[in-house]
Amino acid sequence: MRKIKEFIIEKGILFCGLASIFFVVLIFLFLLKEGVSLFKFVGPLRFLFGSSWYPISEPPQLGILPLILGSLLVTLGAAVISIPIGVGCAVYIAEIAPVKIKEVLKAGIELLAAIPSVVLGFIGMVTLVPIVKGLFHIPTGLTALSGSIMLAFMAMPTIVSVAEDALYSIPKNYKEGAFALGATHWQTIWRVMLPAASSGIVAAVMLGIGRVIGETMAVMMITGNAAVLPKSILVPVRTLTATIAAEMGEAVVGSEHYFALFAIGIVLFIISFAINVTADVFLHKRQQ
Amino acid sequence: MLKKIGVILLIVSFSNIAFAAGANKSIQVKGSDTMVNLGQAWAEKYMEKNPGDFIAVTGGGSGTGFSSLISGTCDIAMSSRDIKEKEIALAKKKGIDPAEIKVALDGLAVVVNPKNPVDKLTTGQLADIFTGRVANWKEVGGKDEKIVILSREVNSGTHVYFKEHVLRKNDPNSKEEFAPSALMLSSSQAIADEVAGNSAGIGYYGMGYISKKQKPVHIAGGQDTEFVAPSIESVINGKYPISRPLFLYTNGSPQGVTKKFVDFTLSKEGQDIVLATDFVPVSR
Repeated sequence: MRKIKEFIIEKGILFCGLASIFFVVLIFLFLLKEGVSLFKFVGPLRFLFGSSWYPISEPPQLGILPLILGSLLVTLGAAVISIPIGVGCAVYIAEIAPVKIKEVLKAGIELLAAIPSVVLGFIGMVTLVPIVKGLFHIPTGLTALSGSIMLAFMAMPTIVSVAEDALYSIPKNYKEGAFALGATHWQTIWRVMLPAASSGIVAAVMLGIGRVIGETMAVMMITGNAAVLPKSILVPVRTLTATIAAEMGEAVVGSEHYFALFAIGIVLFIISFAINVTADVFLHKRQQ
Repeated sequence: MLKKIGVILLIVSFSNIAFAAGANKSIQVKGSDTMVNLGQAWAEKYMEKNPGDFIAVTGGGSGTGFSSLISGTCDIAMSSRDIKEKEIALAKKKGIDPAEIKVALDGLAVVVNPKNPVDKLTTGQLADIFTGRVANWKEVGGKDEKIVILSREVNSGTHVYFKEHVLRKNDPNSKEEFAPSALMLSSSQAIADEVAGNSAGIGYYGMGYISKKQKPVHIAGGQDTEFVAPSIESVINGKYPISRPLFLYTNGSPQGVTKKFVDFTLSKEGQDIVLATDFVPVSR
């Protein structure tokens, strides 16, 4: 009896372990099957580098270059904002902050991670958007910049917690050695700790960016969703994710538009897969 | 152990079927965001009068309504545009036969910020503005300010109607499109909010969404016709140039609860609700 029980539990756990891989493969196959059908109608190059997105016209124009650039621009903006602040925050927590402040900060960051993105989007819409509009004297505050700022908030918790882990895992003697050679605290952090933790910090940044590029709700609410080739960060943009979310309900199943949305899904999948793999490579490098 | 789980699963799956079969007194109504409030008002009144029947009303856009009707996940699709050829073909393939019922009329208001001095536009000017040919308010008699175009997303019947009837002036061969710089917002309310806070904004939506925070523009259909404000009278007498029919679509001619509900929407009481939610009754 005990053996049978043991057997069932073992197999059960095995199933759980394999389930996630199984699902990923299934999802990818489905995505591929639906997305690749698009290329019967539109060439891959015209799809990737076409500059107009009018999916419901006759015939539809399905160029996603503005959407790719929109996603990249918002992500880049978010990275520029969140990386210095996030890494700085991680250094402060790991190296400088007294225990009490450290606890408060860590709780605060966890709380930031717990805010649903739709709430961030909503708050951004009523507070940030008018500020951006007034500050830069632009026609509308629904811009890539607003999206970047809000998404920076979402990337920060990931960056801080992974970077902090990386800093903690540096052997103590590195730091002691630096002090023994007469380095100041700042010199130790800048010249010794950060380079030693660099691969972990790169992984942290990558994971943060991975979170940003896949984010949908907040960007859909505050970036204006205009499918133009962005010339600056102060114009409205339309991201890959927002396009899928906004249009999936309309797309007639089996139409070019429907397949195009799946093809966008493939593009997104490839981008975030690449980002995650990069993060993974750096994490493993650190462990070796 | 496994057997037990199997039996439980079996029971659960059967009870689901039983539940679905017993639930034919409840119907799903889905589609046009423009019509959600109207649909909900109808459903509430209807359920008050017919306890036991249950009507669930959800939005998502006219296109969403059609795709649900076609995939069989709703009984009635609400739509603020005609069904497309493509959709009919797809429905036929799935054994669904969409039947159209015209239930109300809607005037499409074009709104600007109350601070904007512009209060009259012709449909030709509207087409120029929304396609991006006219990019500054001073070209249509306003301040020297870049125009911010606000549009609904492509899943909106209002978007499609506005494109076909204002941008393309009812010409099926026209290739006019919304300017790429047009902001695509996901709801009429989002457009209302942005217009209220943006002195350079211009947007469009069903008359029902007009409030004191936006100014509806008076519109003329041609060069010499008079400028008319959107109102129930001007839509009924046909003077307001941008008005459209609102439809319910069912699978085949309606039956059972679906028929009862459709009949209710067309009854005097149903049409009074149309009026109360700022739409225009269909003349009977």
